[in-house]
Amino acid sequence: MFFWSLVLIAVGIFSSFIYGRSRIKLNSKKQGTKSKSLPNYYAQYVLMWCLFPALIVYFSWAIFQEQIIQNIVISNFEYIEGAVYNEGLLLAEIRNVANNLSFADGKSIEIINAAAHYSSLRQISQISFYTSIIIIMLLGALYASQKLKPEFHAQHTIEKYIQYILIFCSSVAIFTTIGIVFSLIFESLRFFAEVSIFEFLFSTEWYPFIPIREGQTAAEGSFGAVPIFAGTFLVMVVAMCVAAPLGLLTAIYLAEYASQRVRKIVKPLLEILAGIPTIVYGFFAFVSVAPFVKAFGQSIGIDASPTSALAAGMVMGVMIIPFISSLSDDVINSVPQSLREASLGIGANKAETIKKVILPAALPGIVGAFLLAISRAIGETMIVVVAAGTAPNLTGNPFENVTTVTVQIVVALIGDQEFDNPRTLSAFALGLVLFVITLFLNIIALQIVKRYRERYE
Amino acid sequence: MNNSIAKEKIVSLRKKRSLEDMRFKYYGFTAMCLSLAVLVFLLYTIFSKGYTAFQKTIVLLEVDYNQEVLKLTPDSSDEDMEKGKFFRVKKQAIENFFPDLSKSDIKLVKKLFSINVDKEIKDYFLDNPEVINTKQQIWVTAHSDVDQLLKGNSRRDVPEDRRKLNDIQLSYVDQLVEENRVKQVFNNFFFTKADSRHPEIAGVAGSFMGSLFTLFTVFILSFPIAIGASVYLEEFAPKNRITELIEVNISNLAAVPSIVFGLLGLGVLLNVFGLPRSTPLVGGSVLALMTLPTIIIACRASLKAVPPSIKEGALAVGATKTQAVFHHVVPLALPGTLTGTIIGLAQALGETAPLIMIGMIAFIPNIPTGLTEPSAALPVQIYLWVESAERGFQEKSAAAIMVILIFLFMMNAIAVFLRNRFERKW
Repeated sequence: MFFWSLVLIAVGIFSSFIYGRSRIKLNSKKQGTKSKSLPNYYAQYVLMWCLFPALIVYFSWAIFQEQIIQNIVISNFEYIEGAVYNEGLLLAEIRNVANNLSFADGKSIEIINAAAHYSSLRQISQISFYTSIIIIMLLGALYASQKLKPEFHAQHTIEKYIQYILIFCSSVAIFTTIGIVFSLIFESLRFFAEVSIFEFLFSTEWYPFIPIREGQTAAEGSFGAVPIFAGTFLVMVVAMCVAAPLGLLTAIYLAEYASQRVRKIVKPLLEILAGIPTIVYGFFAFVSVAPFVKAFGQSIGIDASPTSALAAGMVMGVMIIPFISSLSDDVINSVPQSLREASLGIGANKAETIKKVILPAALPGIVGAFLLAISRAIGETMIVVVAAGTAPNLTGNPFENVTTVTVQIVVALIGDQEFDNPRTLSAFALGLVLFVITLFLNIIALQIVKRYRERYE
Repeated sequence: MNNSIAKEKIVSLRKKRSLEDMRFKYYGFTAMCLSLAVLVFLLYTIFSKGYTAFQKTIVLLEVDYNQEVLKLTPDSSDEDMEKGKFFRVKKQAIENFFPDLSKSDIKLVKKLFSINVDKEIKDYFLDNPEVINTKQQIWVTAHSDVDQLLKGNSRRDVPEDRRKLNDIQLSYVDQLVEENRVKQVFNNFFFTKADSRHPEIAGVAGSFMGSLFTLFTVFILSFPIAIGASVYLEEFAPKNRITELIEVNISNLAAVPSIVFGLLGLGVLLNVFGLPRSTPLVGGSVLALMTLPTIIIACRASLKAVPPSIKEGALAVGATKTQAVFHHVVPLALPGTLTGTIIGLAQALGETAPLIMIGMIAFIPNIPTGLTEPSAALPVQIYLWVESAERGFQEKSAAAIMVILIFLFMMNAIAVFLRNRFERKW
């Protein structure tokens, strides 16, 4: 359906363009005056008045059609007394019958009726969709064609419209942020209506079980996220222990010691490391590093969990090595050459210059790079989902199994997502915490780096 | 006397200092080598675990296409042939697979074959209807357990109760190997089939198509929006609070964890707008929002690289600002923006977490054909296979990683090619 409507729109805008062009030529000939802009601008004007209303109709149909039809079908559904219905399952069943995915025989009569209703509504919606697109395009073209007079300044108007489009494009980023903030806050508020915020932030018991049946008393969920935060912190510390020295030393070597040729080879290789999808690192952690950590733990007499914080953290460290090394490389390179030369000039050797002059000078930038890397590590999902555990565990031992914020978000949202229980909503509360912390780290890091840059400019 | 001691001290100090210098240099060198060694080890792990997935094990099976068993006649119509009783033919073939099988043995033999064998027997017959009432030797797919055993991925020296195949089945497999009734061939299923519960017939075709559709959506949404946004910010935007806000916003969005974008997709696109779950349309929209900052930053850099003299020249001969920008600056910056977009797409291709959030993790056993159909995506498929308990899926996940890495490599190669071919030095 939507493919053919795109064809329809394409045909519409093409013909409106042709129409606009010939119309303005005709009009100016009739009046015997030259038009104020080139004919193409008038054509574009008609085209825009044709295209944008049509697009609005198109998207509102695409977004709302299914929901409206479903609401009508459900509200007209002939409920049988006494039977219990799950709305989602019921809808899925009606849709399947309507689309001939599952055979109608064996289904109850009310579902078959509803499916017929559903199909007929779909048909009505399709027909009215096509007619309304055609009508709206005609109306748009009609409105625009009234303005097609030689004295009308089409070019100015077009350029104004283009400005509006560009402003819309740049505000998408703002809409995205607003969308993120509002969806997180809205769902989190629903979560905190059921679970107190103090319990969430300060309690150490995380048992996100909710009663499956009504009246079930055995499982009363408790949502204290401290063990999750602690696990995230532990994995992050392990990752930074791997990435900070390796990344920084690599950056120092590349910036200060390596020849041009080595830089040319190593930098793209590190970029490969940075471009590898995180799920690949997860696989690596799962099949190589975790068994190794377990064997290593056994050899020194520690019983390591197969989903230890150490394995996940080490691989995550590898993932952020290129991140740290490229940022630190930039920072070290932007230390002014005069500092280097002054230090070498009074007889310091290279290592001393680096340790006593360059690193202190570059320190703010390096700290900024580390903060960005930390925010990366905290928000990283796939490595920990595959290689770390799902059970919360308040521990400082990296050989033990821990869980992280991102893992808990995934765990809460895999499977059936009913948005009325705190278990699902907890994902949004955890997401809010994650968002706030990473945003905070980023703002600080960017500030530090910016100030550092300004100092040497 | 004093002098020579002082000299000695200086010499030893200098030695110490230059040693320190050397040591520091080697620390850096070792760190760099370690990082690269991890990369090599990672690629080696993937290759060594994954290359076996490109082969499958097939077994020679003698099938008797008896017309009575099939309930067909040589002149049945095509439609009737579809309905032939092929499962009975298969049952018979398995019963006669080895001479003198008891009932319990037949059950064990049956487990050596893939679930797909019924279909293979049927397809062979539909392709060659003349084989009715003859006995045919057909190569059919073996069960994943046999496959893994012959590839050496599962071990036979563990106790029987911890093995998938018991001792009798092992002896059957050995007998097959001895009689040359089993061999390994190229695994076409891996490239032509979608996901399956059975490792031997699971493939990446479905998730690959899903990823393509997702990337298409990302491109359609993010490329025009990114160009619009960067042209506005670079060329038109007045220097004021709002512009600054937008810029800060973009740089902060670039660092928001991808999983948060997944929550955005779930909370807004699925729950508020009611877009269809698990579809490339929603996945692509979320990833487009995620990659937008990356692409915008690249676009702005390439717009900045166009010398102002070009715009000024256009303005001088009477073009309006819009004309100067869209007729002269943007076309010159286009190769750079395309390169940036491809790099953004490569990032989107490997992204897993947001797709899980919007339900692209569902088990989809067929190949998607459109943007609004439920589908899987390559990285999510890898995740599903990594998490799967079945041993046969591990090599599949490594092989799927190879596919995605090759894909990524190609995209980056195209980006580099574009940059080298079209980038102008002013």
